[in-house]
Amino acid sequence: MGRKLLLEHANVPGIETFEVYRRNGGYRSVEKALKTMSPQNVVEEVQASGLRGRGGAGFPTGMKWSFLAKPEGVPRYLLCNADESEPGTFKDRYLMEKIPHLLIEGMIVSSYALGCNQSYIYIRGEYMWVLEIVEKAIAEAYANGFLGKNILGSGYDLDLAIAPGGGAYICGEETALIESLEGKRGNPRIKPPFPAVKGLWGCPTVVNNVESIAAVVPIVNDGGAEYAKIGIGKSTGTKLISACGNLVKPGVYEIELGLSVEEFIYSDEWCGGIANGKKIKACVPGGSSVPILPANLITKTAEGTDRLMTYESLAEGGFATGSMLGSGGFIVFDEDQCIVRNTWNFARFYAHESCGQCSPCREGTGWMEKVLRRLEHGQGHMHDIDLLAEINKKIEGNTICPLGDAAAWPVAAAIRHFREEFEWHVTHPDEAVKRNFGIASNHMPLV
Amino acid sequence: MQENWTHKMSISVTHNYTDQPEPEFSAEKLLEVQRFINMYPEGKQKSALMRILHLAEEEFGGWLSVPTMNYVARLLNIQPIEVYEVATFYTMFNIEKPGKVVLEVCRTGPCMLVGSDQIIEYIENKLDIKVGQTSADGMFTLKTAECLGACGYGPMLQCGKHYHEHLTPAKVDELLDTLRKEHSDK
Repeated sequence: MGRKLLLEHANVPGIETFEVYRRNGGYRSVEKALKTMSPQNVVEEVQASGLRGRGGAGFPTGMKWSFLAKPEGVPRYLLCNADESEPGTFKDRYLMEKIPHLLIEGMIVSSYALGCNQSYIYIRGEYMWVLEIVEKAIAEAYANGFLGKNILGSGYDLDLAIAPGGGAYICGEETALIESLEGKRGNPRIKPPFPAVKGLWGCPTVVNNVESIAAVVPIVNDGGAEYAKIGIGKSTGTKLISACGNLVKPGVYEIELGLSVEEFIYSDEWCGGIANGKKIKACVPGGSSVPILPANLITKTAEGTDRLMTYESLAEGGFATGSMLGSGGFIVFDEDQCIVRNTWNFARFYAHESCGQCSPCREGTGWMEKVLRRLEHGQGHMHDIDLLAEINKKIEGNTICPLGDAAAWPVAAAIRHFREEFEWHVTHPDEAVKRNFGIASNHMPLV
Repeated sequence: MQENWTHKMSISVTHNYTDQPEPEFSAEKLLEVQRFINMYPEGKQKSALMRILHLAEEEFGGWLSVPTMNYVARLLNIQPIEVYEVATFYTMFNIEKPGKVVLEVCRTGPCMLVGSDQIIEYIENKLDIKVGQTSADGMFTLKTAECLGACGYGPMLQCGKHYHEHLTPAKVDELLDTLRKEHSDK
């Protein structure tokens, strides 16, 4: 059993209330930080912890914080990104629903570290009942003197509010989130200037994922060095993984980074193996945007070493034979699943969610969706497969925000690893609409 | 059905124009609105727009008519166009009047792996409608949604503020019966 830093008390009855949370050691990090540490000390602890952004990009949180501009007399803002919308990802919802005070505690300590007096949590609009849970917890924190003026007599003031989105995936991109929080359409901004210099209402702003902010609590409580002892290399600490798809026990798990993928999928302590006694066909380990891995590359890398749940190990082999840890949205496919259908499904998602600002993404995602739909329904041509690769190249790197890349990568990876299945859809159009291709040769070890 | 961002963009807000007067929030809801506005610094009241639009949908029949949007614009002291452009961008806002109960079934990858396509088909057959349509009695509107963040608990659908997870045909039957009873006298 690995250590639990975030979800340790998640199943204590009544933990969503201030009283029970406090009795279980809650808000200790606020007392420690505000009474014994300077803001700079907190930043240093987070830097020492090696914590990397848990939203998907994995950028070191401490470094992101150090970029924040601090001009005199201009307010600074901390925004929590709770617009969790990446298909396969539902960890932040779990954390906020179960243990909302952990997020609030993290927001207080992080805001103190960054010198913010007003912070916001931006939550996706569909999570309206979660918003109500968090808002209730915020009110409790105010009532108990952990938010508002002169917190714990330290002279530090902080106001915290929560704002809903309206069902737009794009608002998980930090500049789109800022636009949305300003009451506008969620069109990402051209960078630079980066939010750290010009963000919300033109002021310096930091945007962090829910889980990153929650992780600041144990980092301050136990020290960054202690946190960094967990994990392997540059993948430190624990990570929430939301496992879904054809698994015996889908759900949210907190793992120590460095756990082997094999153990995570097959051990009864975690996902318990593939549902209905079937074989694994493929896995998307970090949310729908990351490359798909065929059966032979999931538990082993191309070199034959064990694949681990770390940023580095999952990425080993680059895009040719690796993938990414991403947001921790771990999607598993059994032998009955159709890769073409799934790729089409994801392409449809991106076509639906493209904000329409940049032509390559707006048009390209729509074309990919159409071509893939054609293939899936047995109406495709052999040259469609190369056409997809062509469209891919024209989107990737040619857009303001990474949604274009996120739409292109899964298609490219699916064709790279499952080309014969795409070709089979063209050569066997009648069969393609009736049955699935199965695992084919991809379960064989690479030689 | 071709569905992408252009689909929603192409619905001109003039389509739902009516001569109805602007609705008004109750005194109690106006206090709520003021609380939302107070979350932001002075002069940044526009930031409260999304929260108020959600409230307006809830209060004024589950959708945003042009008079409703004009009213919200007036409350926030911004131009009506600033409200229209937000309401047409975010898929959660209905700018056409839906049925009394809106069912939104998640159809994205992880839900598809565990049978969302079959659930959608089951509801379509049961209500004798296609996705995007409203049942003949005006009770149910069936929609599909992109990933609702319940991937481990699929297939699932959202109805109002609530998620209904681990759906089976039997559970759908039960849910539709309950919803029909709850809403038949409204």
